[in-house]
Amino acid sequence: MTELNKVNALVQYAAQIGDNGLIIGHRMSEWCFRAPSIEMEMALMNCALDLIGQARELYTYAGEAGGEGKKEDDFAYLRDEQDFRNLLLAEVPNGDWGDTIVRLFFMSAYNKLFFTELAKSTDAELAAIGAKSLKEVTYHLRFSSEWLIRLGDGTEESHRRAQKSIDDLWAYTGELFTMTDAENLLLEDGISVDVTALKADWDELVSQILDQATLSVPTNNWAQSGSKSDGRHTEYFGYIITDMQYLQRRYPGCEW
Amino acid sequence: MVKPVTKAQKNFDPAVIWAILEEIKDPEIPVLSIVDLGIARDVKDTENGQLEIVISPTYSGCPAMYMLEEQIKETLVNHGYPNPLVTTQLSPAWTTDWMTAQGKEKLEAYGIAPPEKTSHNKAILFGGQKKISCPRCKSDNSEQISEFGSTACKALYRCLDCREPFDYFKCI
Repeated sequence: MTELNKVNALVQYAAQIGDNGLIIGHRMSEWCFRAPSIEMEMALMNCALDLIGQARELYTYAGEAGGEGKKEDDFAYLRDEQDFRNLLLAEVPNGDWGDTIVRLFFMSAYNKLFFTELAKSTDAELAAIGAKSLKEVTYHLRFSSEWLIRLGDGTEESHRRAQKSIDDLWAYTGELFTMTDAENLLLEDGISVDVTALKADWDELVSQILDQATLSVPTNNWAQSGSKSDGRHTEYFGYIITDMQYLQRRYPGCEW
Repeated sequence: MVKPVTKAQKNFDPAVIWAILEEIKDPEIPVLSIVDLGIARDVKDTENGQLEIVISPTYSGCPAMYMLEEQIKETLVNHGYPNPLVTTQLSPAWTTDWMTAQGKEKLEAYGIAPPEKTSHNKAILFGGQKKISCPRCKSDNSEQISEFGSTACKALYRCLDCREPFDYFKCI
């Protein structure tokens, strides 16, 4: 393995943030033509578009920072499973509407805090992407919060199922606040965000909304991890990239 | 020092370029030009005599951006500016405050409620729903149907007086 330096750490960092957006954005786009109503579908597609757009900016920057002439498509379509360092939360299957909303809510609460900090990065490009993305994820947070309150404080069944979604996905939230070696290295120069410092605010934000939704915060603190640090994914991940990369793998260099 | 005069530089007059950019319309909102929208940020002549247009995307994933880039190049080439350069600038992030007053009027006449002025209020998670005027009957008695509309930049509203649904250009 190549030794970590400030250049490859930056490439890894930008790509890893991009991976989050691409993978959760891809997951959400799987709802296309399947959402319960047209408004819900448009909302998810809008959010997915924002997230994939952010991934494109981050991959483009990762390519520029690496200086090897890599383009956004190289990151999205030509890397293998272990090279993707998205949060596991981003890749879990859509499940039902409640699962999708809870996943988006957990991620958006994190993204809002994360991009607020990234906007202050000493790296001008990351700061610009952070400030731009922040405007978008704020909408995602509002949308998913409103839905979570509606589901939790809705019927007996919607409450029960929303609580189950929270309990099921909770184990994936611990990974949000872990640091990679690249992140630690970049933190010395104020380039990366210290995500461990976001945990208290995230807990506060999440419990506030869960409270309004009459849902409870799980007490189980065991956290599943492995993707962000080592590229060890859930069994679902291979299916995502098979689907997403098929065209470029079958017809290398194919363009519109 | 006298700079070498190239064809593009000889023609370089920002006012003329801005007027040309007015011809380029948003594919989803054809009454608005990229100047009205505040997408076109700057017009420069580069060292090597190439014309450079700086644009800022409305939303990160806006699918119209690529098409707009192509249109900008095509339009400028047709006006005799060979090989123009289009560059994207993310910072400062695009805001609806950049939309021109003329743009807002055109938007309303087209049936889309224009964005309000941004306020600190929207930083709050549930900032309270703003009352948006119906672009048809001008009533403020409206309600939001969906936070997300037919494009990333719009939300869907309904007028409770004339009963017409309408798009609202979200304020970011």
